[in-house]
Amino acid sequence: MYDVSRMDAVARLPLALFRTIDADPRHWQIIALAGLFLFSYSTSSFGAEPSALLFAFCGAMLAQGLGSAVLNLRAGRPLLHGFDPKSALITTLGVTILLRAAAPWIWFAAAFTGIALKFLVRIKGKHVFNPGCIGIVAMMLLLGRDAWVSPGQWGQMPLIAGYALALAALTLSSAKRLDIAIGFLATFAAILFARAMWLGDPMAIPLHQLSSGSLLIFAFFMITDPRSTPDSRVGRILFAMAVAGLATWFIIGPNQRGAPLMALAALGLLTPLLDRALPARRFEWPRGTPAPDRARPIFTLSPLKPWGTKET
Amino acid sequence: MKLKHLIASLALPLAGLAFAAPASAFCGFYVAKADTDLFNDASKVVLARDGDRTVITMASDFRGDVSEFAMVVPVVAVPEREQINVANPALIKHLDAYTAPRLVEYYDENPCEADRRYRMMENSAPMPAPPMPSAADEAESLGVTIEAEYEVGEYDILILSAEESDGLIKWLNQNGYKIPKGAEETVGAYLKRDMKFFVAKVSLERHDGSAMLRPIQVAYEDEDFMLPIRLGTVNAEGKQELFVFALTSKGRVETSNYRTVKLPSDMDVPIYVKDEFADFYKAMFSHQVEKENGKAVFMEYAWDMSWCDPCAAEPLRPSELRELGVMWLDDAPEGPTPRGMAPSPVDVFVTRLHLRYDAKTFPEDLTFEITGDRENYQGRYVLRHPWRGDYTSCSAASEYASSLVERWDAEAVALAKLTGWDVNDIRDKMADGGYSAAAIRGVDVENPVNKKSWWKRLWGNG
Repeated sequence: MYDVSRMDAVARLPLALFRTIDADPRHWQIIALAGLFLFSYSTSSFGAEPSALLFAFCGAMLAQGLGSAVLNLRAGRPLLHGFDPKSALITTLGVTILLRAAAPWIWFAAAFTGIALKFLVRIKGKHVFNPGCIGIVAMMLLLGRDAWVSPGQWGQMPLIAGYALALAALTLSSAKRLDIAIGFLATFAAILFARAMWLGDPMAIPLHQLSSGSLLIFAFFMITDPRSTPDSRVGRILFAMAVAGLATWFIIGPNQRGAPLMALAALGLLTPLLDRALPARRFEWPRGTPAPDRARPIFTLSPLKPWGTKET
Repeated sequence: MKLKHLIASLALPLAGLAFAAPASAFCGFYVAKADTDLFNDASKVVLARDGDRTVITMASDFRGDVSEFAMVVPVVAVPEREQINVANPALIKHLDAYTAPRLVEYYDENPCEADRRYRMMENSAPMPAPPMPSAADEAESLGVTIEAEYEVGEYDILILSAEESDGLIKWLNQNGYKIPKGAEETVGAYLKRDMKFFVAKVSLERHDGSAMLRPIQVAYEDEDFMLPIRLGTVNAEGKQELFVFALTSKGRVETSNYRTVKLPSDMDVPIYVKDEFADFYKAMFSHQVEKENGKAVFMEYAWDMSWCDPCAAEPLRPSELRELGVMWLDDAPEGPTPRGMAPSPVDVFVTRLHLRYDAKTFPEDLTFEITGDRENYQGRYVLRHPWRGDYTSCSAASEYASSLVERWDAEAVALAKLTGWDVNDIRDKMADGGYSAAAIRGVDVENPVNKKSWWKRLWGNG
């Protein structure tokens, strides 16, 4: 017995799997963030917790469901038409990984707030804030010390840096957003090195600051969100530099908690301004995003569909 | 929390001996603690923080000729005389004792009996140390400005600002502060950030001759919650040992620019550790530092100051906390209280952090974050005394005997993992003390009782 076609199918499986995942950059992002969650959970005394993941998941999905339902209701479509959990899942993971809180409901509230603001605060149909970021920042501003980020907890391990880099490269290259990450990190590093030189500090200090795991996570998995950053490349790089500048000022000046997140949230309104000054084609996720205007997917779905369709 | 207090105080008259412990969360009988004295030349810093307000209390293990003592600390602003104080060293001793990693013990009951008996043991323990300063003059030519000059307790204190690090260092060396070579860059970096230098020496006239120097306290306001440690790494005589005790009303404190790690806790360890708890703690700390590549800050205690369980020392009284800078406490009535409880619940959460650092592993000053986390944590190690008796007197006893052998092996492995000690040495030491299979008489340990076929155990006819 020798079933050639079956062997062939088995041999093709890894390729098919890759294509399925690669069909949407968010798939890579979800895999990367899930890995970071496990890393944090298993290596840190004060790491991400499964219970927090559950609460954040409920908050994000509830807000996503409500938001979709309201949009569909207005458009006269079935309530959950086009419900897309992928972005909400990314917000869930981002909130769980980065936010620490004194009570479980805070993760729920953060994820809910982040997604709700995605639907509520839009300029010309494009949301202004990165959902995960604004959810965390809202909790930190509203609840004070009961919500915090633990930037030191990721340590300075090269292991996590390598991991984050590899997956980030995959995620970002397929979403074409590596420019933001690089723009942010380069500006951030330039300011820290320049300051160290001015102070006469040993270079070990800026290197220490730059090797923080949480900074990499922010640079690769948060600020790079294509949906809440400028559409044009020049706009994106300007945006990344502005966030890096404000973040370093927050660190050097008032020692603001969660400096990069605060900077990103504070500069959310810069995106529509940059889009106005430097217009370019709007980014859309491959299918599933209920964006009202000009919905033309940049990515075509892979023709190979071993697990059925990628729609959810 | 309230309920716990209530249960604890009800339980006390019965226990008679001291532990504020709800029965359901009984944490063992306190035996010994490992305080900061175990570490030579450790610095101890207490930080009481509320909003922008901070009181720092600095103590060091200075031993020797007090005329040799000098302390140099970068500060953000020039403090008024009233913002500086000297503290009673006993306060830091008490805080150290209260937060120290602790050894507790349990006694196994006779497995043949259903009722239980608790016994307890107690120990007493030791404590910490102090700091100091000196005087000033001329200096204009070196670009050094004496912003203020105070006499506080046995100390002469100067607040200096300077244009250049070279001038400041020269001035300090001329005036008896031995500034190590290589300090220029670090001092310069602080000066460029517009920081002043708080320098202190002991006034031989006002010093009472006691060997112990009292801790210096400074009250200040600053939005940054940080601790400058870089000057301490300049002379680089090996690693520095630092304990930070943070007092907040909110919750646990962690370092925001270094990883904070819980010291492994709640392990069962061999009985002999009781006699060498200090060695155990030191070896464990060193081993854990190594495991984190020297780059972590260890949390040894995080607890609501209203109580403890088991107590290595009583919670600090509100008056003591106020002396340590806790500025948010109202005057509360004080009186005799049951052991293990504060007179009334106090709104203070203490975090004890321990780090061993040098310029390589900790290049940057420490910055802290106050969190809303009020989960209690303590470094606690458990001794379990086996029941000794006729292990053949009932089947439960023989099963107990073989479980002991497994338990001891697990203890040896756990201790080796914690400290990096050789597991065979540990086993030998345990055997010497009678904690080995061979020591259990009357039971064939090579063929332990619970290795009987399961059906024999099932019906007890084996």
